[in-house]
Amino acid sequence: MASPEKQQFIADSIQYWNPGKTQAWQDMQVDLVIDRRQGYFLFDMDGRRLIDAHLNGGTYNIGHRHPELIEVIERAMTRFDMGNHHFPSLGRTALAKELARICGGDMHYTIYGSGGGEAIDIAIKTARHAKQKRKIVSVMRAYHGHTGLAVCAGAERFSTLFLSDRPDEFPQVPFNDLDRMEDALKGRDCAGVIMETIPATYGFPMPVPGYLNEVKRLCERYDALYIADEVQTGLMRTGTMWGYQRYGVQPDILVTGKGICGGMYPIACVVVREPYAGWLKQDGFGHMSTMGGAEIGCLVAMKTLEILERPTMVAHVNYVSETMRNGLGRIMDLYDDFFVGIRQCGVVMGLEFDYPEGAKPVMKHLYEHGVWAIFSTNDPRVLQFKPGVLMSAALCEELLERVERAIGLARAECLGGARGRLKSAA
Amino acid sequence: MTAIVAELLAGAKRPIGRADQMLDVAEWAAAAYARFDHRAVDAIVCAAAEAGHAKAAALAEAAVKETGFGVVAHKTLKNQMTSRGLYEHYRGQDFCSKRVRAADKVVELPRPAGVVFALTPSTNPVCTVYFKVLLALMTRNAIVVSPHPLAKECSAEAARTMAEAAERAGAPAGVVQVIDEPNLALVEHVMASPRVQVILATGGAPMVRAAYGSGNPAIGVGPGNAPVLVDATADADAAARRIVESKSFDNSVLCTNESVVIAEEAVSDKLAAAMARYGAVMVKDDEVAPLRQALFGAGTFAVDLLGRSAATIAQRAGVRVPASAKVLLAPIDRVGLDEPLSREKLCPVLGFIRVPHARAGISMARALVRMAGAGHSAAIHSRSSETVMAFASALRSLRIVVNAPCSQGAAGYGTHLAPSFTIGTGFFGRSSVGENIGPEHLINWTRIAYPDDASEPMGDFAGLEPWTSLGPLAGGREAPMSLGVLQEGAPPRAPKTAHAAPRAAAIDEMAVLREEIRRLVQDELRRALRS
Repeated sequence: MASPEKQQFIADSIQYWNPGKTQAWQDMQVDLVIDRRQGYFLFDMDGRRLIDAHLNGGTYNIGHRHPELIEVIERAMTRFDMGNHHFPSLGRTALAKELARICGGDMHYTIYGSGGGEAIDIAIKTARHAKQKRKIVSVMRAYHGHTGLAVCAGAERFSTLFLSDRPDEFPQVPFNDLDRMEDALKGRDCAGVIMETIPATYGFPMPVPGYLNEVKRLCERYDALYIADEVQTGLMRTGTMWGYQRYGVQPDILVTGKGICGGMYPIACVVVREPYAGWLKQDGFGHMSTMGGAEIGCLVAMKTLEILERPTMVAHVNYVSETMRNGLGRIMDLYDDFFVGIRQCGVVMGLEFDYPEGAKPVMKHLYEHGVWAIFSTNDPRVLQFKPGVLMSAALCEELLERVERAIGLARAECLGGARGRLKSAA
Repeated sequence: MTAIVAELLAGAKRPIGRADQMLDVAEWAAAAYARFDHRAVDAIVCAAAEAGHAKAAALAEAAVKETGFGVVAHKTLKNQMTSRGLYEHYRGQDFCSKRVRAADKVVELPRPAGVVFALTPSTNPVCTVYFKVLLALMTRNAIVVSPHPLAKECSAEAARTMAEAAERAGAPAGVVQVIDEPNLALVEHVMASPRVQVILATGGAPMVRAAYGSGNPAIGVGPGNAPVLVDATADADAAARRIVESKSFDNSVLCTNESVVIAEEAVSDKLAAAMARYGAVMVKDDEVAPLRQALFGAGTFAVDLLGRSAATIAQRAGVRVPASAKVLLAPIDRVGLDEPLSREKLCPVLGFIRVPHARAGISMARALVRMAGAGHSAAIHSRSSETVMAFASALRSLRIVVNAPCSQGAAGYGTHLAPSFTIGTGFFGRSSVGENIGPEHLINWTRIAYPDDASEPMGDFAGLEPWTSLGPLAGGREAPMSLGVLQEGAPPRAPKTAHAAPRAAAIDEMAVLREEIRRLVQDELRRALRS
């Protein structure tokens, strides 16, 4: 039961901030109000500790309030502020050079936004300029943000709400369906295809082998650019710096947001292959953003990348992901009439439950058991499960213990019976 | 990037952050490695040892070049002894399997410490790294090495050589790691980390004390200052040969080297003459003062003469000796604080003092150890068991090497002590372990104990191996088996029911379809409600 202070706070949030959203969480019995954060822990305003396995879509990939990010912000603030977006700046150029080095090849220019949505808009505008075509193909029920163009590439729930949908310019096709993709592209009237390497909000369905490579080949065949939305799959979450590297795909445009800012200072980046960045030469003032590429954010992003490039990182994320995979596999054995699938690539995971909107009761029981993970908006049978890349062995073990208990209780709630068919753990 | 940006990014927390990430991975690696069986561990230790052995000479040269200490040939030998030699010494021993003591109704399971944090010195850099890494690998521990800053390059290279070989032989990623840029603040941070289970501290006294002060379990070693007593029953010629051999070995950088020769009058001239034949040079009485000044003029031992040759030291002291001189003998008339030459000297300079009889020699040796080097080593050359016993029981030393070179003998070479480059100085020497450190010091044992009551039988553990025969333990949570290598494909589970199979394409298409239907129904409802 929430404290009187918290109840009052929630009432205030309904009154002054966002009644629909605040109430929706109360209806799902998640009365979370996050106060303090540290590492992979959230502390509710009533003091309850939660392991963060949502990470706000990877924003807190390296943990909340990473001490090195705090330090770099403090140091940067002794000299810089956001900066003046019209001029070359020390931070922006330095980060752009780093991204060019990390991405390699002719992934050459970086354009900055203040958040992922703006970055997606920049990517779409860049593709349109490069190809002088308007259409952008995206995946059904996808999510790319809420700005003017990004929202059109996502599930129509968010575009039609604001009468902002543009179905003629944004054809959508099912994920993992190459025929539909080719149908959409073969008129040669599309500037690009935008896709998350593994669609997050759709519960991380894994691309079937060869799918992404084939999409890229279709793009080449039909004169469209491949835009990789790596907001949730980038930054070592799949065991490589960018998710597309896992699948051997070379995008024409890369979008990174969320985790790149370490959750500390907003920034998002679009990295563009040299041949497709023509507008930067034709009219470099073509896209402006006062806060896009804020200079302190650039330093934070550089530090985040530095942390992720350390020699221990690959082994670390592989250890975390494999332990999760093993442990979740064992839990699935215990409750295999309810917990029916694990979608996994590195620490990008979707847990499937064989029950309508089954991820919601799981989320609720996880919340009661000190774990925060969120259902997939566009496939609520699936829980998005996103452990941090720097999690310790002990924390992984604790997380799995809590997940096992919560899934058992959720199963009992959904399917009845005191507990799952408990089998020998051996 | 510009200097300004580089400067802003280079905060004090960077090295600490890097080290914490190393410890995290070490912890994971230790969890994985703790489930290896003896055969797999043996293959890994062998591979690491062979890789170290192959670079023994190159890294000996690199160490002398980097530090200026010691002799390449001797360091090569030490590097060989601490790589292949150490592997061969422990080859038959198993620190990974259960031990059943049926008579006691006890089963013992070896439990690795986890993450070992190893401080290694500048004097014996490569061989100490080799030694500690192999000890950790034998016992299924992960190890993070922090070399002495003066020897950081050769030490890091040594650690990486073994790390790469171990991983190639199947060890988990990150099981052996090294801090490339060690500094005091960083070392103190790591020593105090809750991720470190035991500190293996070899180095100067302040570092060893800091290890004990860290709050973590530590195995540290105190300084040495070994007396060597030669009594009238000794074979003077053999004693002379052994002492010179020991004192000149690697220019005396081993902490087990002899510090002061205590010779019974009856044999002292013979001994001195024999030592001269083997390459020791007795300096003249009026040369003792300049030698003392060169070595201890600043109050403490002149670090720039550490591990240098006898000729170099003589030259510094203004003493003329032949270039072939292996050891300088300094005649002294007392030991104690008022004779600096009776302190520890990690260089080929030996004090030389005569005593009227063995009993006086024992008192003298006791005084030497009282001043410094308690719990460490001492040597005696004698054929009298009685004198040996009196010497051993009088001295607060934990290794008494008889009729052998002390440098090597106390470190377990040419004796049956454990071969070691970390000499436990025990309670006398403010340490937790009094023996030569070996693999057994890096594990604890879980003991399964049945009642001594005969009516309660002991279980049958034949064929049960704790980590290898039971499959995943603790819900598959305790140990990643991929060893930090990327795993591809489906989760580790055979689908049991039709709907359990994560058939990506099929499920996704069904999910899309379901979503479509749900959306259509909702739209339908909404429209119905609106109208």
